[in-house]
Amino acid sequence: MLNTLLPILLFTALALAVLGACRRVMLWRQGRPTHVDLLRGLLAMPRRYLVDLHHVVERDRYMSRTHVATAGGFVLAAVLAVLVHGFGLHNRLLGWALLAATACMFIGALFVAKRRRNPPARLSKGPWMRLPKSLLMFSASFFIATLPIAGILPDDFGGWVLAAVLTVGVVWGVSELFFGMTWGGPMKHAFAGALHLAFHRRPERFRTPFNASAARSSGLKALDLGDATAPLGVEKPKDFTWNQLLGFDSCVQCGRCEAMCPAYAAGQPLNPKKLIQDMVIGMAGGTDARYFGSPYPGKPIGEHGGNAHSPIVSFEGKALVDAETLWSCTTCRACVEECPMMIEHVDAIVDMRRHLTLEKGATPNKGAEVLDNLIATDNPNGFNPVNRMNWAADLDLPLMAEKHHADVLFWVGDGAFDMRNQRTLRAFVKVLKAAKVDFAVLGLEERDSGDVARRLGDEATFQQLARRNIGTLSRYRFNRIVTCDPHSFHVLRNEYGALGGTYTVFHHSTFLAELIDAQMLKLGQHPLALQTSGGLTYHDPCYLGRYNGEYEAPRKVLKAIGIEVREMERSGFRARCCGGGGGAPITDIPGVQRIPDMRMADIKTTGVEVVAVGCPQCTAMLEGVVAPRPEVRDIAELVAEVLIESSVAPAKPSATPRRKAEEVL
Amino acid sequence: MSDALLDVITLVSVGSHPMSARARRAEQDARAVELGLHLVGDRLTVLHAGNPYEESLRAYLGMGLPALHVLEQPKGADALPVLANYLQEAHVQVVLTGTQAETGEGSGMLPYLLAEALGWPLVVGLADVESVEAGYAQVLQALPRGQRRRLKVRLPFIGSVDNAAPAARQSAFGPARRGEITLEDVEVVDDLLWHEAALQPARPRPKRLKVIKAKTAADRFRAATAKATGEGGQILRDVSPQAGAEAIFKVLCEEGVIR
Ligand code: SF4
Ligand code: SF4
Repeated sequence: MLNTLLPILLFTALALAVLGACRRVMLWRQGRPTHVDLLRGLLAMPRRYLVDLHHVVERDRYMSRTHVATAGGFVLAAVLAVLVHGFGLHNRLLGWALLAATACMFIGALFVAKRRRNPPARLSKGPWMRLPKSLLMFSASFFIATLPIAGILPDDFGGWVLAAVLTVGVVWGVSELFFGMTWGGPMKHAFAGALHLAFHRRPERFRTPFNASAARSSGLKALDLGDATAPLGVEKPKDFTWNQLLGFDSCVQCGRCEAMCPAYAAGQPLNPKKLIQDMVIGMAGGTDARYFGSPYPGKPIGEHGGNAHSPIVSFEGKALVDAETLWSCTTCRACVEECPMMIEHVDAIVDMRRHLTLEKGATPNKGAEVLDNLIATDNPNGFNPVNRMNWAADLDLPLMAEKHHADVLFWVGDGAFDMRNQRTLRAFVKVLKAAKVDFAVLGLEERDSGDVARRLGDEATFQQLARRNIGTLSRYRFNRIVTCDPHSFHVLRNEYGALGGTYTVFHHSTFLAELIDAQMLKLGQHPLALQTSGGLTYHDPCYLGRYNGEYEAPRKVLKAIGIEVREMERSGFRARCCGGGGGAPITDIPGVQRIPDMRMADIKTTGVEVVAVGCPQCTAMLEGVVAPRPEVRDIAELVAEVLIESSVAPAKPSATPRRKAEEVL
Repeated sequence: MSDALLDVITLVSVGSHPMSARARRAEQDARAVELGLHLVGDRLTVLHAGNPYEESLRAYLGMGLPALHVLEQPKGADALPVLANYLQEAHVQVVLTGTQAETGEGSGMLPYLLAEALGWPLVVGLADVESVEAGYAQVLQALPRGQRRRLKVRLPFIGSVDNAAPAARQSAFGPARRGEITLEDVEVVDDLLWHEAALQPARPRPKRLKVIKAKTAADRFRAATAKATGEGGQILRDVSPQAGAEAIFKVLCEEGVIR
């Protein structure tokens, strides 16, 4: 009886799965067209799935092993089951292989079930709680049904009772695992995920060595402003490109992004996992009533909904997502770095912000003022542009306009207007001079890099600033750009390229490490090195670390001045954002606590006296935390403190006349 | 509050940023547009006399206007007669404008001269239009220190807007790019003033020193926020226009405004 029932069940399930797949593809195709190398992607897909994806899953050992056993066992079991039970190839060897595969899957599924006994808050419940049972059912049923074929049990073992029980098991199993996969069940992640990896919008992420680090491709994609018919950002779900929709659909609701998101932890109304689910709801149509994960803090489930053809954000009443959800994001990219399905949350958030800013003029709080300032004065705070070099009035900095070429172009950044950051800049100049680096600055010709404008969705202002900067830079010859600001660094390095400006750009920590390696600097031991208590920790700026993969150089520099970094639990690629990126301090969406306070708490747990930073924004955010708290020092300041300036003017013995002589120069 | 039959025109000019002197939408004019949008939504007519190809005019369109109407004029032409002509013909009940332009002459005289030429009432420091009924509008006029005066004015009237009016909404790139700029050829009237007068940089206006002899912080705070109590002023009521004018003339002479 089973021999006739099983093939029918299997092929019905498969047929339904194919039907579901077609329907799903139609949903994705609602998105806008985009150029994707389909064939190359499909060929690369197995490696992306087995190697790159596994690398990210591997960060949670328990889950990676469980996943290998369950998914590997399932794929094998599915193929063999179709051969053995579907086509009736009752070969003993195949039977044994199928037994092995289902056994492996069963063991994996037991671990899935164990994790689900007391699931952490980041995991979704609902149908996801059913999944381990379905997996167990599928593997157990096929295991038992295959025993006779492997010759372990007699053919007629168990009679019709067992046959009936097995039929129920198989129906349950194949419903979840075959057609549930394409009809929107939890297993959808496997089907959509495979295609998402194949047609990923950032194929550059999958390079050898395989680690799929999000830092390999972090620049936002430019809008084509020349095309007046192209939409300015995303208003409705169908305005996403089709492979973005596909990407959203591949989410496994593992909640790793949620666990890492600083805005979520601060109680701001954002949860990257829910945001991705909302995009899926928008694509397929419906409400979030059937979402079983954590909500946006402060926003109850069941009140939002939408469809592919209606606006995502509504200004009267509720739609799919509230605007403040989109404006809570600091663009720290912790979610992207953590996501095992390599979904690009930040791209989606900025796409939607673009619509709000460029079409609706609805950048919240200080947003509009900052953008106006950028347009009128090239800096976000509306300072008079002629004061841009006041910080260096006494430093006699070489100007590009006079020199025309230099080895290093020192990009100062808007920190030039900020009194705190001026200390960092002056420290760095001191080091540059001590190392006798051939450098020059743009002076008054420099403008804001456009970072903030772009993250606030104002692509037009970004491109205007970028084009003008590129025009200025094109007039001079230099080998590389060095900057103390990771935001300028990122934009110059990764985002000007699409507009025609390609440069070699260094963050000052990388440059300092290079100077130290080349022994161009004479450095002493930092006083902190000699202390037994206290010490120093280092806060990784998002735009240096997760955006550009630079975790080593700052630590190397600190080591060179004798400081051992006492690492925080969340450091390196898991560092928590300071709360200063993405225009978040400008849009200022209230939460329960402040992100910089949480980061300072992280810092305090290491018991340090000093926290080293490498970003003017981090400095400002962390120094904004009320005392008592560790001191905040930029790496450049720490290095400048222990600089041994010899041979500046050997003829002159005392310090005072030497300074005079320099001033005259 | 929006009246389907109400027609509102806002006059706009090209502004200049106080720090960088870059062309922009003028702050007060943008507020006048905002007020107009409050009153009649995108049925608002926005009018400019000058160069239609000036890019910064698009910043007004970015506030969500489908079109902006320009009476094309070269630099140095007198905007007053063309605007007066246009408004005379235009069947409009409310004309809104900023108090003072940020570029050009910037004398702040335009609303007064227009009102004189058209014979319409002028409300300066217009903060809000509360209602329009039966040929009259009930408006709020801004006075110093956040005070408001409710006035009833006959239609049509001109209202000039200063920084007491609601702030202008953000200008967005999309509508700014899409919005249409419609041209109208008008007779060019030379501004004779430009022939005889020359521009010179403005000197900051001298401020009367406020001597505060406060000992405590509380006193200083009170002194800083206290209403300026007029010294030696007088209230004239029910006097003849002649007597009133004479009194004003006397004060202006004393203050050195007229010599
Ligand atoms: S980028 Fe950072 S703040 Fe934004 S959603 Fe992701 S984790 Fe949260
Ligand atoms: S977006 Fe990625 S990290 Fe977040 S729940 Fe989905 S799969 Fe997990």
